[in-house]
Amino acid sequence: MLRLEKRALPSRVAMLVAPFAAVAFTLLVTSLLVAWAGAPVGRAYALLLEGGFGSAFALSETLTRATPLILTGLSAAVAFKARLFNIGAEGQLYLGALAAVAVGGQHGGSGFALATWLLFPLMMAAAAASGALLLLGPALLKSRLGVDEVVTTLLLNFVVLLFVSLMLDGPMKDPTALGWPQSVTLQEALQLGKLVERSRLHSGLLWALVLALLLWAQLRFTTTGLQIRAVGANARASAFAGMPVGWVKVKVALLSGALAGLAGAIEVAGRTGYVTLDMSPGYGYSGIVIAMLAALNPLGVVAAAVFVAGILVGADSMSRAVTVPTYIADVIVSVSLLAMLVAAMLAQYRIVWQRGASRAR
Amino acid sequence: MLAESLDLLTTIPFWIAVLRIATPLILGTLGVLLCERAGVLNLGIEGIMVAGAFAGWLTVYQGGGLWLGVAVAAAVGALIGLLHGVLTVTLALSQHVTGLGITLFAASLASYAYRVSFPKVSSPPTIQPFAEMAWLPIPVLDAQTPLTLLALLLVPVIGYLLYRTPLGLAVRMVGENPAAAEGQGLSVARVRIGAIMAGSSLMGVAGAFLTLAAFNAFYFNMVNGRGWVCVALVVFASWRPGKALLGALLFGLFDALQLRLQQSGSGLFGVSVPYQVYLMLPYLLSIVALVLMARRAAYPQALMKPYRKGER
Repeated sequence: MLRLEKRALPSRVAMLVAPFAAVAFTLLVTSLLVAWAGAPVGRAYALLLEGGFGSAFALSETLTRATPLILTGLSAAVAFKARLFNIGAEGQLYLGALAAVAVGGQHGGSGFALATWLLFPLMMAAAAASGALLLLGPALLKSRLGVDEVVTTLLLNFVVLLFVSLMLDGPMKDPTALGWPQSVTLQEALQLGKLVERSRLHSGLLWALVLALLLWAQLRFTTTGLQIRAVGANARASAFAGMPVGWVKVKVALLSGALAGLAGAIEVAGRTGYVTLDMSPGYGYSGIVIAMLAALNPLGVVAAAVFVAGILVGADSMSRAVTVPTYIADVIVSVSLLAMLVAAMLAQYRIVWQRGASRAR
Repeated sequence: MLAESLDLLTTIPFWIAVLRIATPLILGTLGVLLCERAGVLNLGIEGIMVAGAFAGWLTVYQGGGLWLGVAVAAAVGALIGLLHGVLTVTLALSQHVTGLGITLFAASLASYAYRVSFPKVSSPPTIQPFAEMAWLPIPVLDAQTPLTLLALLLVPVIGYLLYRTPLGLAVRMVGENPAAAEGQGLSVARVRIGAIMAGSSLMGVAGAFLTLAAFNAFYFNMVNGRGWVCVALVVFASWRPGKALLGALLFGLFDALQLRLQQSGSGLFGVSVPYQVYLMLPYLLSIVALVLMARRAAYPQALMKPYRKGER
């Protein structure tokens, strides 16, 4: 008879196949929804693919969208690696964006008169620091008092969004924007250059790629990286081996929050130029999906972010051509998260053929 | 400002608002409580509430009765709960990540279904919601809908079930000591999945309250973090139905208070305060409640611990 048996180590092949199997399963399930909306399934998916990856313009749009997603994906990946469930990347992103404009915005028409080589790093540092500090609170509450960080970070997302709204109504309001809540614009010199002429693709993508590489190297080759992986695998054993578990988690929280904060700053400096209340359509939450699809590997995060961005961009262009609501993108992304969880679990098992009906245990 | 608020506490419309705000929280918190008492965290609540709100509303919009709408919302909740149960209990996946996935899935599916059903409408179609129970000779309660009465009645019912029946004992046992429950001949997986389905159906009804009683239409962001608040409230309530009611009412009290202060425009202690600050209060309050209760929290011992037969 056939039986599932747990492997001592997850199979490498199975781990590589898992995300593709999950995505294939997802597209199969969501094709039912596409059919329900009355659209021809094959054509709809072809349009989605074309809209996301099918032309130079589509690719530039997808990579533009992937930039913040890589950063929030990295933020979730490093936190989850240490079993710190940071669901607050959305709030950290907004606070980072706000901090960037606070430092580099054209307040009173001009803003701080500092040299760009000084102001630009200050702006990025402010964004990273505000994201990091926003996560530090929940992380400390978790380690000191045992308060579940999932609920506190989730609730803080709502608080931060209201805080941003407050600032856009008050001190950071753009006086020239008529009624629409919008912050002052970033100084011209601080905005990121375009990678491709006549597209929205900006050098923030390079930032994201470099950070992914750095994080990968850190997790793999440094002592801190080893500690992060060890604490995530078994906190008690790590403490027993003499690792400063609490300190490692604080470092992870600062790192994860900083990455999400940078996502906000780079989005402002590269794409929008100012903060609005709808600048992120849930990039923080999508980051979690991306981290899981990448099995928490920073380099995998890049690939997963490009995939998710392609789905989001492609769904937008598909819904203009056939009658499928854009919400199909969110359904695809969420189903692929659940499917990926199952696939990653199954990758730890193997099917064994066993003679006779005797069952182990 | 203090005298003003004290005056407020004696007016009937204020208490009507308190109870109305508390109703979905009572239902949702009881739902979370059932899941967690059986040892499973259900972060799917936010999405299940959206799905329940939509399914209930759609049923009534299509000509079904209001109570049929409630039943459909409960059934949709139970179905999503079954999915959560299979993933977290049978497959023992991470309860945190699965719950979030369920929330994203249920919420996006509801939004998708809404847009497929109503591709062109700009303002949400409305229904005739539940009427107030004017026949009831009890002040405050006579201005509520039957769903509020249902929520209030469910508190003692669930308390009785949990503490006075073999079924409740089974639920509490799989949440405290699943190995012992298995030793008594119980199927841990079955009891847990059953509890998740029951709890999730309450979450669905909590969502339906929003579309069938509090408002008369479905809006995309109408749940707006209420589900997460319920997850915080159940910790505040130490996983007890009575205290869950108390927590939801307290929350309703503060929320109604901030609404009044916002409308009165007199500000806090004479200082005018932007409306966003008032809106932040419920979320901050939930965090404070979590922190205050953290030391005393009597977590179900097996919460978030998957159970596999024969494994330790």
